[in-house]
Amino acid sequence: MSIIKLTPEEQATKLEAVLSKYRGQGQKALMATLQQSQEIYGYLPLDVQKKVADALEVSVAEVYGVVSFYSFFSLKPKGENAFSVCLGTACYVKGSQALLDKIESSLGIKVGDCTEDLKFSISACRCVGACGLAPVVLVNDEVYGRLKPEDIPGIIAKYKEEA
Amino acid sequence: MDNYRSHVLICHGTGCTSSNSNKILDKFNEVLADKGLTNEIKVVKTGCFGLCAAGPIIVIYPEGTMYYRCTPEDVEELVNEHLINGKEVERLKVAGNNTSPKDFYSKQMRIALRNCGNINPEDINEYIANDGYQALGTILTEKRDPDAIIQELIDSGLRGRGGGGFPTGLKWKFASGNRGQGITKYVCCNADEGDPGAFMDRSILEGDPHSVIEAMAIAGYCIDAHQGYVYVRAEYPIAVERLQNAINQAKEMGLLGKNIFNSGFDFELDIRLGAGAFVCGEETALMRSIEGKRGNPTPRPPFPAVKGLFGKPTILNNVETYANIPVIINKGAKWFASLGTEKSKGTKVFALGGKVNNVGLLEIPMGTTVREIVFDIGGGIPNGKAFKAVQTGGPSGGCIPESLIDTPIDYDNLVAVGSMMGSGGMIVMDEDTCMVDIAKFFLEFTVDESCGKCAPCRIGTKRMYEILTRITDGTGTLDDLQALEDVAVALKNGSLCALGQTAANPILSTLKHFRDEYVEHVVDKKCRCGVCKGLLNYTIDKEKCVGCGMCAKGCPADAITRTDYIAPGKKLAAFEIDSSKCVKCGACMGTCKLKAISKQ
Repeated sequence: MSIIKLTPEEQATKLEAVLSKYRGQGQKALMATLQQSQEIYGYLPLDVQKKVADALEVSVAEVYGVVSFYSFFSLKPKGENAFSVCLGTACYVKGSQALLDKIESSLGIKVGDCTEDLKFSISACRCVGACGLAPVVLVNDEVYGRLKPEDIPGIIAKYKEEA
Repeated sequence: MDNYRSHVLICHGTGCTSSNSNKILDKFNEVLADKGLTNEIKVVKTGCFGLCAAGPIIVIYPEGTMYYRCTPEDVEELVNEHLINGKEVERLKVAGNNTSPKDFYSKQMRIALRNCGNINPEDINEYIANDGYQALGTILTEKRDPDAIIQELIDSGLRGRGGGGFPTGLKWKFASGNRGQGITKYVCCNADEGDPGAFMDRSILEGDPHSVIEAMAIAGYCIDAHQGYVYVRAEYPIAVERLQNAINQAKEMGLLGKNIFNSGFDFELDIRLGAGAFVCGEETALMRSIEGKRGNPTPRPPFPAVKGLFGKPTILNNVETYANIPVIINKGAKWFASLGTEKSKGTKVFALGGKVNNVGLLEIPMGTTVREIVFDIGGGIPNGKAFKAVQTGGPSGGCIPESLIDTPIDYDNLVAVGSMMGSGGMIVMDEDTCMVDIAKFFLEFTVDESCGKCAPCRIGTKRMYEILTRITDGTGTLDDLQALEDVAVALKNGSLCALGQTAANPILSTLKHFRDEYVEHVVDKKCRCGVCKGLLNYTIDKEKCVGCGMCAKGCPADAITRTDYIAPGKKLAAFEIDSSKCVKCGACMGTCKLKAISKQ
């Protein structure tokens, strides 16, 4: 998922729209509220979690508990170009670990992290379901399949040019 | 309805969409419009044809010609040659990579996947034209006795396709009490397909979403529930979109909502998105997640049939199970029970992946052997490598070695050989796959995904992962093998839910069938597949080395230095690798043009 470039004011307006939709609905609306909030910010900073807690009338601890439980929710910002390496079984037996190693060494960051300029981040995911194309790497929403480690520098260069 | 002389079906499953099948569709529409053929030829987006290895796939009817690995650039030629000149484009009929489409389809039998690849999943009329909503319609208009329908399901022998294999009819029966007393009940669908390498349920939702909707409405009628939820992974955007579209269309047509078929029966259906927690495939955890809580499992009993979602009686089945139900109602329990083996009836969908030629989605009658799947349907192992094992059941399952390759697949046989049916992921491994590393891979997964609520699972998986890490790093001992087995037993007996109870299966089954590989790692400090980096040694053949220094330049750990040995006939001194500094990245091997560097 690529980060959506919004100004802080736009983000606040959009968040307010989401919150007013679910206001007062309690815990059962929590997942949907968080999913839609994350779409706005790209991740779930603490002050967003606090606003969600206020709107749904649940405690911040409950909200944080849910955010930290599910891997889909992120507490850290993602890079402008988010690399996501599939470590599902089909990709793994076809060598996706080597792809991840190569991306880590090429970008100089570890999986789960983001470069300081917020341009690149790496995550690992479990099966995007394109097993016919294994091993697979996603960059934002773009799928790169049947990759070898030597293909990685070319892909990174492509995004560096754009950035 | 317009009559078209040809139909062009283009796969829009996730696999083919990832290789641009949507651009192919656009291009077809553009070219056909240019040539004024839009009234004669219809372009249809469909669900998965199954042979993902050869995607994107296009099928042109009435001939039924399949074209593989198509690109937008091929469209012009397909239109000119096939659709205008009536000549098939031979070069695109080759699936490539030793992939053999004929073998892939001949042994299959499609029930759950009956409509996948045949209809446009975004058009409810195409589902209806293929007997869709007939089962629901008959039941509601004839006001059939719900108990009789449940009995029919019990007689059919249908068992849950999500892993456990519990008889579906019985599950419904347990939740069917106290009908007509205004008790709130729920019908849920588990589409939180978390097994890495499994995509059966996603393909059904993408290719035939109405079959699930119809079956859930039937379930609602049988137990007197009026609200259903489909819990689907947020990571499946296409499936979510098509399912939502299907629900909307069904509502518009009065097939969901109030007073369906004018029978007085109401049923609403909503989607709830998961958020990437494997444990939410467990039924109690899934319901907590729909409630907006952390997906922690709760002890059973009480079973969901008694106290499930929001504390109300609930039935939960997975996508593939539901997809079978309309057909069973239409064709009868006897027909379904005539398929498969004694205790496992019908068919099973598998997602075949890994080191096999025909990667894709297939559906076989129960009782088909592993050999038939891997070598006939799957087309064997690529690059002439030797078969080593098949992994089924994902992180809860185990490996089936070559000695058991003639095992007929059903629920009980798979458990007997130390694996399980699971939801249907089937990963083929060849001689280059290290079984200790695979066990570690699955343990890493369960450590990650354990919800942490119960100690046996939270601590047990972690300890086993640490032991496996020691073994693959070359510091394991033979006592470690015993320790693995001890912890595994504790985990199996002590864990709260199936995630923990089955988490040791990948270790136990590899220990059983591939013990020699474990012993090799521990005693000989050797990984025969060259996968475990801790056991690898990179060396430079000093006789071949010309001393160019490319390897030393590329070494990130500065582990390569020049010696003072000059090989006969060479001008510069050779290099050597300091194995204590070497991080085993393999970068040097790539830089050496003389192939003087080897790993052992």
